Amino acid sequence: MKQITWSHAVNEAIAEEMRRDDMVFLLGEDVAEAGTPFKVLSGLVEEFGVKRVVDTPISEAGFVGLAVGAAMTGARPIVDLMFGDFIFLTLDQIANQAAKQCYMSGGKLKVPMVVRTNMGATRRSAAQHSQSLHTLVAHIPGLKVALPSTPYEAKGLLKTAIRDDNPVVVFEDKLSYQMKGEVPEEEYTIPFGSANILRPGNDISLIAASSMVQVCETAAAQLEALGISAEVIDIRTVVPLDEDTLVASVKKTGRAIIVDEGHQSYGITSEIAARLGEKAFYYLDAPLTRMGAMDVPVPFSPVLEDLTVPTADGVTAKAVDLVSGAAR
Amino acid sequence: MATFNQSDLPRLLRMYRRMVKIRVFEDNANELYLSAKMPGLTHMYSGQEAVAVGLCESLKSSDHITSTHRGHGHCIAKGAQLKPMFCELLGKAEGYCRGKGGSMHIADQDNGNLGANAIVGGSAGIATGAAFSAKFRGSDQVTVCFFGDGALGQGLLYEVMNMAALWSLPVIYACENNHYGEYTHVSEMAAGDLKARAEAFGIEAHTVDGQDVMAVCQLGESLVARTRKGGGPFFILLDTYRYHGHHVGDVNRAYYRSKDEEKHWKNERDPIIKLAEHMISNKWTTQTQLDAVASEIKAEAKAAVDYAISAPYPSGDEVGMHVYAAMQN
Ligand SMILES: Cc1ncc(C[n+]2csc(CCOP(=O)(O)OP(=O)(O)O)c2C)c(N)n1
Ligand SMILES: [Mg+2]
Repeated sequence: MKQITWSHAVNEAIAEEMRRDDMVFLLGEDVAEAGTPFKVLSGLVEEFGVKRVVDTPISEAGFVGLAVGAAMTGARPIVDLMFGDFIFLTLDQIANQAAKQCYMSGGKLKVPMVVRTNMGATRRSAAQHSQSLHTLVAHIPGLKVALPSTPYEAKGLLKTAIRDDNPVVVFEDKLSYQMKGEVPEEEYTIPFGSANILRPGNDISLIAASSMVQVCETAAAQLEALGISAEVIDIRTVVPLDEDTLVASVKKTGRAIIVDEGHQSYGITSEIAARLGEKAFYYLDAPLTRMGAMDVPVPFSPVLEDLTVPTADGVTAKAVDLVSGAAR
Repeated sequence: MATFNQSDLPRLLRMYRRMVKIRVFEDNANELYLSAKMPGLTHMYSGQEAVAVGLCESLKSSDHITSTHRGHGHCIAKGAQLKPMFCELLGKAEGYCRGKGGSMHIADQDNGNLGANAIVGGSAGIATGAAFSAKFRGSDQVTVCFFGDGALGQGLLYEVMNMAALWSLPVIYACENNHYGEYTHVSEMAAGDLKARAEAFGIEAHTVDGQDVMAVCQLGESLVARTRKGGGPFFILLDTYRYHGHHVGDVNRAYYRSKDEEKHWKNERDPIIKLAEHMISNKWTTQTQLDAVASEIKAEAKAAVDYAISAPYPSGDEVGMHVYAAMQN
């Protein structure tokens, strides 16, 4: 295993897939020479040239639509959407066009494209550059949605996304680009729909995605010190969702907190809680509990922004309440 | 060219003062970033002062503007105060948006500034809507929509320009062509003649040297007057340049923009120097007088920064406030 940054892992995933398949190309704002404002894509244009690493105008709806058409006719675009917030500008192309082609054509058409974008607050970027909008696309049948939590997952899930014959939206936490982690030397992919149990436990399940996985790991360590055994599960993909692993965990622990950085109301935490309620109700010892981002636009001021996202201390406190029965 | 004479001196000095105020504000903002006192990033307007100041000179405070991520200049040109601006940059309670917006979202309702916008082209709809509303309400307010050359890539702009033309709305689309959108030259992002995009809708379009505040002011004055009388919409392409990087963190930028090019704009085409030279060579004022203006503004800015640094943050309870407007009845 080697230790590399998230940026490096993403860069490797794209380079490997572009070497493997000539039809894969990259499209977005400042992806070529600049390598994106986050410098994640540096070096790709040098290897693959401007034919396959294409700088676009600031025309999100246009270039996502173009990618849909390219994908329907044999190419395999990876669209770089600089901030997850800009997904709103592209939703007609993603939701009305990309997501529905396969179904509307009775399976005759397919749209093998990836939209690679980001999520996550606490970067002091205010309300239009800080949202976590994965729920929006997860709601639309026909789209797959991945939320890696480590460099290893960023690479493995992105490679799977590129090889998938469906439109896939990958959300990366924008504070993770410099995060280092172990990544195998050899080629690998991570299948969609397989959650990862990071830490087994018996008293409560902490279910999360993206950077909230680290929040739950920290909380689990705090809980261990308090004599509470927490199971931490990284769902990895929201669609498809590995329901079996989650249900089995909750049947074992009898309690769950689902943690996510999207707004809490109508978010993925609600969906997961509902499914667990349907499938594991008779095993529950405490109410299924959601912890999402506060239902407010993300404020700029650090003192306010930090209040809006779930924290390890918050998860720990909630878990203690649930396990001790104080929540009753 | 500009036909300003000595009787226009108060006006010229007002524009001079405003341009210096913007420059000084940005220098302070940069310093706050470099000394890690400002959360996040900011986009500086230095170099483009004549655009905002020249156009806003002909607007009343009841007229509207919409602004961009590079919005401090528009804000000051439309009459904003430095203290609440710096407070906003630092996320303090006395900021224009109570710390909720930050650099990219300053709005100043009292002076008709409908807000900066962190979505490129995102304010084109708002500006056109403000113009629609002025007409709808029977007001003679004019709206100026500021946006960068990069926003020419956004389809929304063409949808609203079409409606503005169809319905003769009182809006002026001011495209600040500073030649770059982030790290890419405009020639790689926009095909064809930029002005022709507006002309295709039958919108009268003008090009002006955005470094010459007198030329901008003169064109603005005539277009604002015509717009106020129902002659709009108009489109102005202003040739200008940003001195700093795309944002404060964009320091090593030689790969997309040469040092020589930057030097040329700073040394040969600086809007503040240009206006100063004009006034001094005509003996309307002296360098000493202008230096005094600059020192006064620097002192004002320093006081505002000091104030903002020690000002309190909003209290935590405010996080849930303002999600919805309070109903008044
Ligand atoms: C819709 C959208 N796409 C991309 C961005 C990221 N972005 C911020 S500023 C910018 C460049 C804008 O260029 P321009 O409009 O010319 O304004 P300038 O920065 O030159 O003032 C980009 C791409 C954004 N904020 N909004
Ligand atoms: Mg520009």
